[in-house]
Amino acid sequence: MTNDVPRQDRERGLAFFAKSQLLSADDVARAMKRMAHEIIERNQGVESLRVVGLQRGGVAIAERLAALLTDISSSPVEASALDVSFYRDDIGVNPLKESSSTTVHGDLASKTVVLVDDVLFTGRTIRAALQALTDWGRPAAVQLAVLVDRGHRELPIRPDFVGKNLPTSRTEQVRATLDGVWLGERSDA
Amino acid sequence: MSLRGENLLTLAGVSREAILEVLDTAESFVEVNQRTIKKVPALKGRVVASLFFEESTRTRLSFETAAKRLGADVVSLAVASSSVKKGESLRDTIATIDALGLDAVVLRHKSSGAALQVSRYVPHVRVINAGDGLHQHPTQGLLDVFTVRQILAERQGVQGAETGGELFAGLRVLIVGDIRHSRVARSDIAAYTALGAEVRVAAPGTLLPSDLTGWPVTVVEDFEEALQWADVVGLLRLQNERGTGSFVPTLDEFTFTHGLTEERVALLRPSTIILHPGPMNRGVEIDSRVADLERSYMTRQVANGVPVRMAVLYLSVAGTKELA
Amino acid sequence: MTYLIRGGTVVGPTGTTVADVLIRDGIIAEVGPGLDATGATVIDASGCWVGPAFVDLHTHLREPGREAAEDVASGARAGALGGYGALVAMPNTEPALDSVALVSYVLAQGAKTALDIAVAGAITVGRQGTHLAPMAELASLGVRLFTDDGNGVQNPLVMRRAMEYAAPLGVRLAQHCEDEFLAAGGVMNEGPLSARLGLVGRPALAEELMVLRDIEILRLVGGKLHFLHLSTARSLAMVSAARREGLDVTAEVTPHHITLSDEACAEFDPQFKVHPPLRGVDDVAALRAALTTGVIDAVATDHAPHTPELKDLPFDEAPAGMLGLEHAAALTFEALGPSPDPVTFFSLLSRGPARVAQLRASDDRVGLSAHGASMVAGEDANVVIFDPTVQWRGDKNALASRATNTPYDGRALVGKVRTTIVKGRLVVHEGALQ
Repeated sequence: MTNDVPRQDRERGLAFFAKSQLLSADDVARAMKRMAHEIIERNQGVESLRVVGLQRGGVAIAERLAALLTDISSSPVEASALDVSFYRDDIGVNPLKESSSTTVHGDLASKTVVLVDDVLFTGRTIRAALQALTDWGRPAAVQLAVLVDRGHRELPIRPDFVGKNLPTSRTEQVRATLDGVWLGERSDA
Repeated sequence: MSLRGENLLTLAGVSREAILEVLDTAESFVEVNQRTIKKVPALKGRVVASLFFEESTRTRLSFETAAKRLGADVVSLAVASSSVKKGESLRDTIATIDALGLDAVVLRHKSSGAALQVSRYVPHVRVINAGDGLHQHPTQGLLDVFTVRQILAERQGVQGAETGGELFAGLRVLIVGDIRHSRVARSDIAAYTALGAEVRVAAPGTLLPSDLTGWPVTVVEDFEEALQWADVVGLLRLQNERGTGSFVPTLDEFTFTHGLTEERVALLRPSTIILHPGPMNRGVEIDSRVADLERSYMTRQVANGVPVRMAVLYLSVAGTKELA
Repeated sequence: MTYLIRGGTVVGPTGTTVADVLIRDGIIAEVGPGLDATGATVIDASGCWVGPAFVDLHTHLREPGREAAEDVASGARAGALGGYGALVAMPNTEPALDSVALVSYVLAQGAKTALDIAVAGAITVGRQGTHLAPMAELASLGVRLFTDDGNGVQNPLVMRRAMEYAAPLGVRLAQHCEDEFLAAGGVMNEGPLSARLGLVGRPALAEELMVLRDIEILRLVGGKLHFLHLSTARSLAMVSAARREGLDVTAEVTPHHITLSDEACAEFDPQFKVHPPLRGVDDVAALRAALTTGVIDAVATDHAPHTPELKDLPFDEAPAGMLGLEHAAALTFEALGPSPDPVTFFSLLSRGPARVAQLRASDDRVGLSAHGASMVAGEDANVVIFDPTVQWRGDKNALASRATNTPYDGRALVGKVRTTIVKGRLVVHEGALQ
């Protein structure tokens, strides 16, 4: 499962070693379909919804979610990508994350933004994303959709839509993609 | 090898990977510069001093804008109004400003090696060389290669970051003008060759470096032939004092031998890019009409200056040094 | 006072012998094995070289005018610690040493120190390179070397006149060979490194052209000529050729030109800025090889103190020059290679310079003792004990010199002066001033 490791981690000799697979690709597909229905139900349609995936892990998930929302509602929903590396609260403390691209389709002001990420952990990335979003205007509301909630929140952030709740220990690593969800550990390769 | 947590004093010896990291990061900042709110909090609370002992409005503004768009506080020192004119030493000037609590200093100075010297006075402060004498102007080199990659990627309909360094492999770069006295030339040559481009230089005999041993460049013998060869033509500014007979007889003579005139532009292939670090001496190294052609990307270079400098400041100041 | 230097390797002009040296009333009283120590202070010199105290042909004592960096007294202390019994003070002081009044002043300051301080007078008034200085009057004070050092005499006609005037006086003209037009604005050796660093270079040609010129003027008018701090192989080759033709040409090299190359400037540290500049590795190797061939008469320090704030300026603004008195012996020892020959060592540091400076017993000195001894009874007791086994490190804060601009701070060194005796007095013992 090492081919999905971010390049900087690979370059530093870090690799993810899976210990067990918790969700298969089918499980993920089912969970995503359920989340898509929940989102439509909660928002009474996709009118004035904007789906924004967080770089890097949330982008593919946001795109799939947007595709599902489009199918179910027969209304086109596009996914935007948001890189929050410049908004993180650990700049200067932890090594910099590799920056990636931000492409925001359309105006976010007065819209309902559904932020999408792969794994919700301490909540700090979401806090950074909320700060970043305000640079695009004032959304009417922000909702959070995550594929996996692994607990250990350090800030008062809670998800609105969850694919799977997964209790973990702090040191464990979780990898969540459209191909499945794994529990594992990082090690120096 | 990376710029993270490091000073940027020179591009000589900087690795391809480190340069690409700056370019890729700069691309994210291009997007930031297109937003309505062109600001991110990445360097919030940090203090960046801009110390320009040599006048240069455009580079200083570019750096200060970059620092402010990263959320940093900027302390600006332009030499005319400073105590340096009263004989205060460089060491004391830096120490006075450092007493305010500096995270980074952007330095331009007329002496080669000044940036390295300053970095020894304040090892805890990140030093960004904005041009030291004849030695190096690293951010100019970086924004030049960034601009080339951006243009070539656009032509292929992709983002520069997606291409990595591929577009530079075998790219033909011709640098023209006063190489001998040009810190931009030294930085450009380092950047282009690190990325895999082939660099040739064209200049009057007195404006080539006194000794080219070990330089990864070829000296051109036929300027017109080289113009037909080049994918990128990088012009250098000819300073007025060089054209007073001691290096080059007159400015007109320089234009005659090495100016990019309309006649010479006709020799270029349609895809060839023209660059100039500015400010231009219209009518000397470049014909005024040539400067305004679509293939002359000087305004793009200037525009790219801010995101590239944001990338440099971000990686240098916010980055933590690589663990060995 | 009577001293018995016991058990050292006494180094003569052609060979060495293990022997004792008895010094009494300022004279070498006796040299031989197992001398009687009655009434004498014994100085153990076993394992050490014992020879004539060193003579520096080229020291900048900065007095008058720049006493903040050094003065005659502090320079003499530095010299003593370096093993020197005599220093030749350069005339590029402020004002220049071009008159009886100023030369007398420096000689008087020198007389207050424990060393013999000789003075080199300027060739031209104010070292401006135009009008001849009063060489005959200065010679009557004992001046035997004349130079505009700091600069070379640029005008060949002036140099010709100076040589014509000096020849019958029996004095030697010394030249700082650098053509100022070719070297203009240069701050380091012109070469691949200067081009890479963006520093204007001083080409080797600037030195070699003046060496060539002055040899030809000497050939035309006759006299004695000394080349200061030669730095290139070609310069030495020209000196060699001139000597073979019977011209009276002498040459010195500095300790820095035989131990450092222009690579030292790669980090823009002004401690390594000097005129003539540190050269490329090939020239350094050629100079080192030439130390044993006889073409080089002397290692001379060109000791050039500067206050710390001046050497802290950006490379192009900082003044040129480095200290040398306290490290010259160790550096010469190092440059002579894996098994340094003691005879060559003392020839370069003492006997050669004593001959060039006309400070030998056979020379006509004024108020100064004789130097460059052959280490036999009857000679003036200017003696140094050098321990070739001591391993130490250069420390800019531990120098007797008032300035700290040494490029050897922190550098590992082998060989140290243990004792310096000047005119029969113990000036330095166990590495400390007495």
